[in-house]
Amino acid sequence: MSDVALRMEHVYKSFRKGEVFNSLRDLVPALTGRMFERRDLTGQDQREFWALQDVSFEVRRGEAFGIIGHNGAGKSTILKILSRIMKPTKGTMVVNGRLSALLEVSAGFHHDLTGRENIFLNGTILGMSRREIESKLDQIIAFSELEEFIDTPVKRYSSGMYARLGFAVAAHVDPEVLIVDEVLSVGDFMFQQRCMDRMSSILKGGTTVLFVSHNLKAVSELCSRAMLLKKGRVAVVDDTDSVVRHYLKDAQDLSADDESQPVYISKVKVCDELGERSTFESGQRAWIDVEMTARDFVEKLTVAISLVDERQYELFNTTTERLGHGRISLRPGESYRCRFELSLNMAHGTFYLGVGIRRHDIQKVYGPEAPSATVFIGSTSAVRGAVNCFPKLVESEIVPDSRLKEPPVVLEAPSS
Amino acid sequence: MSGRGQMLEHLREFIKYRGLFWMLTYRDIRVRYKQSVMGFLWAVLMPVLIVMSGVVVRFAYAFTAHVPINRADVASVAVKSLPWAFLVSSIRFSCNSLINNKELVTKIYFPKEIFPLAAVMASLFDLFVASGALLIFLFAIQVGWNIRLLWVPLLLATIVVLACGIGMIGSAAGLFFRDVKYIVEVLLTFGIFFTPVFYDARMFGDKAKWLLLNPVAPLLEGLSSSVTGRPFPDPLWIVYSVAFSAVALIGGYLFFKRLEPAFAESI
Repeated sequence: MSDVALRMEHVYKSFRKGEVFNSLRDLVPALTGRMFERRDLTGQDQREFWALQDVSFEVRRGEAFGIIGHNGAGKSTILKILSRIMKPTKGTMVVNGRLSALLEVSAGFHHDLTGRENIFLNGTILGMSRREIESKLDQIIAFSELEEFIDTPVKRYSSGMYARLGFAVAAHVDPEVLIVDEVLSVGDFMFQQRCMDRMSSILKGGTTVLFVSHNLKAVSELCSRAMLLKKGRVAVVDDTDSVVRHYLKDAQDLSADDESQPVYISKVKVCDELGERSTFESGQRAWIDVEMTARDFVEKLTVAISLVDERQYELFNTTTERLGHGRISLRPGESYRCRFELSLNMAHGTFYLGVGIRRHDIQKVYGPEAPSATVFIGSTSAVRGAVNCFPKLVESEIVPDSRLKEPPVVLEAPSS
Repeated sequence: MSGRGQMLEHLREFIKYRGLFWMLTYRDIRVRYKQSVMGFLWAVLMPVLIVMSGVVVRFAYAFTAHVPINRADVASVAVKSLPWAFLVSSIRFSCNSLINNKELVTKIYFPKEIFPLAAVMASLFDLFVASGALLIFLFAIQVGWNIRLLWVPLLLATIVVLACGIGMIGSAAGLFFRDVKYIVEVLLTFGIFFTPVFYDARMFGDKAKWLLLNPVAPLLEGLSSSVTGRPFPDPLWIVYSVAFSAVALIGGYLFFKRLEPAFAESI
């Protein structure tokens, strides 16, 4: 057994853009037409669209590998090629071990069948044997939390129930290589949390996981390494933290390119003692380095930073002015740098750091205050919610029922 | 990889996925019979309708020829109608099987011939249900049985093989060209006029051989003769049908496998 679970080497994939004949009625006249007028063959080639170009990467056995990228970057195409649903136009790929792809967890459902029947159907589709499903049936039903409705046809399920049942089945397939596409975006918060837990335990069992998601938090919690795809090409392959930073820098570069603004944010960096990073412990100290550069003469500026949570709820903001720094004036070409220090007292989750430039006396905002960085706070088992108040359990006791006739057992008071 | 090696590889993979094959067959049957009206319609009502229309046609023949209709004629129509109904429904279901399972074709990998083949199997189940009813009917009208009954398994198996072959060709072609569905529908509707279901090939005298070129015809004639005691078709014609069906199955499989890699992006 080799050390590599998945490998792609120089994979290209093209799709045809232009007209595709999908009925004989269109095809026959087109073919006869083609016989009489010779078409330009080079014109034909231009209608090809390259979804993937020269993609190479390797995933080691037991590793969790993430793929991120904007819509249309080619993430799903990679997964479809790896799961053999599509063939690459050029290039080779290797998969070592039993592969299971969760591209659409409820794809195999039939709406007229009951939940139980669908567990068997979908389980078989995902590659489990009948005996395997029978032995895991109770676990699957319990995981889906659909005990009451398991003998109801799934057409009466809500979309959340549907997705829960789908993931419950999928989560109990024991593959050696697992490919996951966006399936964690279903269900409510609690269910998502359990999905994440299940994924972590699958990983601990030694399964190789290839994970594609827009949920940067999920990617950085699960995956140690990741790849950033840009327009069908591999932009970076590195540890997840730095790939996520690349991804966000891309978004930031887009807004810095807007030349109509007289001043723009030229750099945002989140770091701790060891350097730039995006994952922190709850309560840890972080430094935020901001640099703004002027294109024109600007005056009376202040730099504002804010933290919003995943639901875009603002948790915190501050400005250089409120922190006691005077208003800033810059000449063309000049830059201004500052460093904020924050203690990250959020409980756990993903938070977006917004950086903006404002001029308060004329209520002007320069450029959009797009999220410039993401801060992940790792979960601490003790705290749930938005804020970490650093709780400690200082006293606890059981108080007996005072209505009982028997004299209560007197607990010895803690000696102080 | 050589052609033969590749085919063996495909077959091995199909065997690996046999659990899924039976599961999808079970699903198709279960879904059809769950909507009890539909299940009844496909399994009993359709064959009954075909048998009844056959009997009406037979009455018309008897009337114009001024001879009384006999039990053997009715039995022959009934025995030939059921396999024909099976052929029609299995081809209809299997030709649409890929398009109807679009989600699975584009999202999950497994050998896709499972779809048309499972559709044929589900129709075969209907045939067995209807055959139960047919047996009761044959006992009721008291037709004779004879030793040619031993041919029945081979004849039925050949029809199933033919249905599988056509189903694979039709479903793969139907995925790329959406109007294949309508062409198949027209062929199935009018096919009954070119196939000795309501009539017997021997009625055409020495022109009968043209009718027997239809590979279904010798099979149906053979089935009919096993209950009516009328002359069995020349075994050479049966060999012809078996060979035709085998070629359809192997050719259909190769055709299907050749196109399969493009299914996901073309559907």
